[in-house]
Amino acid sequence: MSIHDQPLIRIKRLNKWYGDLHVLRDIDLDVQEQEVVVIIGASGSGKSTLLRCINHLERAQKGTITFDGKPIRTSEKVINRFRQEMGMVFQHFNLFPHMSVIGNIMEGPVHVKHMPKHEARELAIHLLDKVGLGDKTDTYPSMLSGGQKQRVAIARALAMEPRVMLFDEPTSALDPELVGEVIKVMEDLGREGMTMVVVTHEMWFAREAAHRVVYMDEGSILEEGTPEQMFSSPENERTKTFLRQILPQEEAPVGA
Amino acid sequence: MDRIIPWDFSVIPEKFMLFRDAALYTLQITTMGILVGLVLGLIAALMKISNQRVVSGLAGFYIFIIRGTPLLLQLFIIYYGMTTIVTIPPFPSAVIALGVHNGAYIAEIFRGSIQSIDYGQMEAARSLGMPKPRAMRRIILPQAFKRAVPPLGNQFIIALKDSSLASTIAVPELLLRGRQMGSSTFMYMEMLIIVAIWYLLMTSVLTYGVHRLEKRMRVSDRVHT
Repeated sequence: MSIHDQPLIRIKRLNKWYGDLHVLRDIDLDVQEQEVVVIIGASGSGKSTLLRCINHLERAQKGTITFDGKPIRTSEKVINRFRQEMGMVFQHFNLFPHMSVIGNIMEGPVHVKHMPKHEARELAIHLLDKVGLGDKTDTYPSMLSGGQKQRVAIARALAMEPRVMLFDEPTSALDPELVGEVIKVMEDLGREGMTMVVVTHEMWFAREAAHRVVYMDEGSILEEGTPEQMFSSPENERTKTFLRQILPQEEAPVGA
Repeated sequence: MDRIIPWDFSVIPEKFMLFRDAALYTLQITTMGILVGLVLGLIAALMKISNQRVVSGLAGFYIFIIRGTPLLLQLFIIYYGMTTIVTIPPFPSAVIALGVHNGAYIAEIFRGSIQSIDYGQMEAARSLGMPKPRAMRRIILPQAFKRAVPPLGNQFIIALKDSSLASTIAVPELLLRGRQMGSSTFMYMEMLIIVAIWYLLMTSVLTYGVHRLEKRMRVSDRVHT
């Protein structure tokens, strides 16, 4: 573990445009090791784009991102090495449909890290147990429910033994009754000390598991703080409005 | 003409096997042409989707030329036109022409099926730190090949029938054999019907084979979300 005053991820003055559309405006964000940061905000606020910039699935035009003190903005080859240390979980799972569940999980270790197959297999079985799908090793993704798919996707990302996990609205494509099983796996991860950056609309996950909540609006970070601060006494008017819309009435912050 | 020989279809069974060697020729030209076409097609498809304009332009030009001119012309250019530089015998000429011709169509089939794979697949592979070429090979192509099977089967059947054009440059394949047998026996219709039966047999086997392959490959991804 590194010293706590050096963040694992440091984003400095990040700016991104899609054509004329300014989607990220001067974003500054530090993520400490073992910290769980939850990014909330309306759709179109730039939160997913920000997350995708961290592992360079999107490229920002201005600003810097450093990972463990090293700048990420470099060649393809170097980016690939950074990506191995950052697990990514997508809204639509993006499991590989032509591979079995265990094949999906072994893919990264075997074909990126060149881990021996038997070792990768053991790791995969261990991870499947961890996400509660120990009996699904040889099943194909098409036979799984959404919640199971997402748990496999989490195991696939974990198989690279990343130092941070990035979650891009991991429960948004799920039927409501399946959200819980995915959130539970995420909470367990956070409790084990995994560094996580999570874009989500599940406010109860933010409340239970986040160390810090970041509110984004129109491409900027408007406010951040502990879940208690953010949910009970947000300072910014727009944060208040947003939370009032998204939280059940009795829990919403008063005033404004 | 004062005497017309009536059709006598009873000769079909006894003459049928006399076309076996010719059918083998047809099968060989087709198989080798398809193999050349698959290789060229895959290369051209990957070039066509490249971000580099020169590379994709080159593939586009190849497809443009081949799809815009008749196969018979392409065959003649290789067999007759090239003689100034190199004389290519009939059989290899036919294989090259059929291969280059099918390559262009197969390229479009592959390109379409590659581009039909959800972009999230590439992103998931890249997020594991996988370099793009490996992600293409491990994740995208296996899925794309599956989707390419039905249109490929169709293209193979076209190739089988197109191989009859090789008869014009003296490759002793089915159609040429039919014409020769017709003129030597004066039983054109009977001989041409034998040719037709041979083609139908081969296209039926091919259709059945492709159908089986399709069914077998559908197993792993019945549902898509």
